[in-house]
Amino acid sequence: MNRTHVNCTVNGDDVDFLAADGISLLDALRDELGLTGAKEGCGTGDCGACSVLIDGKLNCSCLVLAPEAEGAEIVTVEGIADGDRLHPLQQTFLEGAALQCGICTPGVLVAAKALLDANPDPTETEIRYALAGNLCRCTGYDKIIRSVQEAAVQLREATR
Amino acid sequence: MTATENRPTYKWVGTRPIRHDGYDKVTGKARFAADLDLPGQLRAVYVRSPHAHARIMSIDTEAAEAMPGVKAVVTGADFPDLGVADPEYDVSVNVMARDTVYYHGHAVAAVAATSRELAAEAAAAIVVEYEELPAVFTIDEAMAEGAPLVNENNYTKFIKADEPSNLSTITNLERGEVDGAFAAADLVIEREFTTSAVHQGYIEPHACVVDTGADGKASVWCSSQGHFRVRSSTAAVLGWDVSRVKVTPAEIGGGFGGKTTIYIEPIAARLSEMAGRPVKIVMTRDEVFRATGPAPASKVRVRVGATNDGELTALEAWMAYNVGAFGNVAGMVGAMSVASYKFPNLKLEAYSVLTNLPKSAAYRSPSAPHAAFAIESVVDEIAQKLDIDPIELRLKNAAVEGDLTAMGMPHPRIGFVECLEAVRESEHYGSPVPAGAGRGIAAGFWFNIGEQSSATVHVNEDGTATVITGSPDIGGSRASMALMAAEELGLDVHSITPLVADTESVGFTDTTEGSRTTFATGMAVVHACRELIDDMRSRAATILSVDVDEVVWVDGAAVAEGNDPVPLASIAAQAKRTGGPLTASASLNAGGAGPSFAVHCCDLSIDEETGHTTVLRYTAAQDAGTAIHPSYVEGQLQGGSVQGIGWALNEEYIFNDDGSVDNPSFLDYRIPVASDLPMIETIIVEVPNPSHPYGVRGVGETGIVPPMATIANAISRAAGIRMTALPMSPPHVLRALNER
Repeated sequence: MNRTHVNCTVNGDDVDFLAADGISLLDALRDELGLTGAKEGCGTGDCGACSVLIDGKLNCSCLVLAPEAEGAEIVTVEGIADGDRLHPLQQTFLEGAALQCGICTPGVLVAAKALLDANPDPTETEIRYALAGNLCRCTGYDKIIRSVQEAAVQLREATR
Repeated sequence: MTATENRPTYKWVGTRPIRHDGYDKVTGKARFAADLDLPGQLRAVYVRSPHAHARIMSIDTEAAEAMPGVKAVVTGADFPDLGVADPEYDVSVNVMARDTVYYHGHAVAAVAATSRELAAEAAAAIVVEYEELPAVFTIDEAMAEGAPLVNENNYTKFIKADEPSNLSTITNLERGEVDGAFAAADLVIEREFTTSAVHQGYIEPHACVVDTGADGKASVWCSSQGHFRVRSSTAAVLGWDVSRVKVTPAEIGGGFGGKTTIYIEPIAARLSEMAGRPVKIVMTRDEVFRATGPAPASKVRVRVGATNDGELTALEAWMAYNVGAFGNVAGMVGAMSVASYKFPNLKLEAYSVLTNLPKSAAYRSPSAPHAAFAIESVVDEIAQKLDIDPIELRLKNAAVEGDLTAMGMPHPRIGFVECLEAVRESEHYGSPVPAGAGRGIAAGFWFNIGEQSSATVHVNEDGTATVITGSPDIGGSRASMALMAAEELGLDVHSITPLVADTESVGFTDTTEGSRTTFATGMAVVHACRELIDDMRSRAATILSVDVDEVVWVDGAAVAEGNDPVPLASIAAQAKRTGGPLTASASLNAGGAGPSFAVHCCDLSIDEETGHTTVLRYTAAQDAGTAIHPSYVEGQLQGGSVQGIGWALNEEYIFNDDGSVDNPSFLDYRIPVASDLPMIETIIVEVPNPSHPYGVRGVGETGIVPPMATIANAISRAAGIRMTALPMSPPHVLRALNER
């Protein structure tokens, strides 16, 4: 079996792994690097549970071939907190009850972070469209949207 | 927003602490079943039927077994024949076909290999020869005279049935005298409604890891709403005693009823037994759509009679549920779910109908949404015809305590009227309907259930407590358990650790379903806490050298007049010298489940060019009894509403002529996304259930019952079209607009 040696950065750590032919970045993160925060809900890029940042851009890691990560900086849900200090999104999701079963939460948090990194003051509609690729079947999205709005307020206040 | 009837004020119950399992879920640490890997683990992949109904003539696994990395192959021959009379027979055949496949996607064989890729290659090398049999897919086809038999092992239940049939259940419920009532009615409206099959749509596919040891015992880690049911069903399919199976529940990534049964665990257990290594199975999304779930499609004819002043005098309904290839009581439950209005004269005829489609499974208030879509639509049409406010018409006819459900059971104290009044008084209902939009109202009912639960509570030596139950937490129930224990023990809720234990570490507990967990398992937690409190009072009596009868428990401390209070932490620290560890367990079969009613209100607009419906505003009111953690009660109302909105507007299984699912992906089976929706406003009504220590009713189910009719009723008012088929997707709405 052919394997490709891949070097990249994941959540600030230099890592390397051997990628078998055809495996996705999601498979590599979960099976080779032991980072199981990103989830596989569909494997076809339709649910967003596997969302990660690649060089700051939001991606479904199930649609990225593992060797494409060569040299990239990857951020997963495990990497969005600042040490033991939760990211404001993580904190507002907890306080705002924005999760129930929690399977979509890692992807939603990463997608919301990508939004707020690019747009610190999004409208409700902008948040809804930014998260439209992240399926949640439990919450009806209401508390997710409100928690992103609250995190945006906190982040703006923190950088003022 | 919460509308609260007079109830006691609590210190913890009704507050909104951060859920205990939340930290792991926002940091990616929470362990779901697919996140677990064991040393030496194999991966298994299925072979599934390409026919909707066929005899299996032969299965050749020889080539597959010789392929690299392949460690075990199973077919139906590797599982015992339980006999048709066994209650697990259908499950055993559904998880692995024997001599016949009953639907497209039915499991035929499975391969365990050292990687998923090698297992898939080997599965593709298995050769199955079929002889096709006639198949039927719709209610009409299956009920037609001379229709081919879907499943030769199905006999109609609850009646004397000598011949196999395509009907699983036939239910007739009647009271009063409908013919006379219709003859005397001022207004009679009759309509026929159809709904498509829909999937529960949990984002986490079914997953398990099973390690069958040399001692013959299987350890199972899996995603399930009920790991005790996984234990019993898995053991049954394997022909084992339940003591050979231990099930540890992983975090569950959504279930909504769809994970109350099993699919993969006995297959993994047998493969593991044969290979001598752990076996992991993770379904693909395609498999989830093709071989699990769905909620039945339905056809419901409803006739309602009313007087000119809006009294609903008669209801007649014919209901049929398409339950797929195996027997199911969907029709019976659908008839039983008719319970919202007094209807002095009523006649219901309900059928569970087999077809060569995937075996249907429970989905949030199973069977009730189909019936409510029909009845609430016709009730609304009566309000329109009589020019009566739809809430006033419902208030005039709403069931109250003592009124009978369709099956003849008197309602206990219920909060239907209170829910209707809460919506009537809401800012939403009082606001003008936006220009060009329509506003709809509809109601829903679900029984809620009790069943068996167990809980163990430890007071730890540092004065904290651990609450252990057997109920998988699918919506925040651990937080509810901790809140009730905090209230009882007088501890801070964050000094309590709520856990869900495996099948060998806590007493038997029925599945998380029917909105029973906060009610029944919560009751077990309360009982265990009260036993612990009695024990701690006794310990304090020893410490204080007073009679135990002089000691009362007040806000986390034992209090005896004339003495300083002895706080829980002090009693815990002295446990060794006063009698040993502080622990108590309670198990019960909970009676007195409190039905939950909901009333929804929706404003929407329709794009006349495309038929696309935009939900502008949505309010859900529901009687929670008592909201233990209001945020997660709101979450249940919102989640149920949005699942219902998806069911109403978009979601449907599309089957090809050969019975295969044409849209087995989240791209083509489109559940609501964030940009489809407005905020979902909630009104928690609290009419406490007198049969629960804190008045809990349970809130998970009912929220999905009203949305379909709520939206249909709003569309009717927005565009003057009466939609009678789900989904009300743009092409269907456009057709109705064009035919208007």
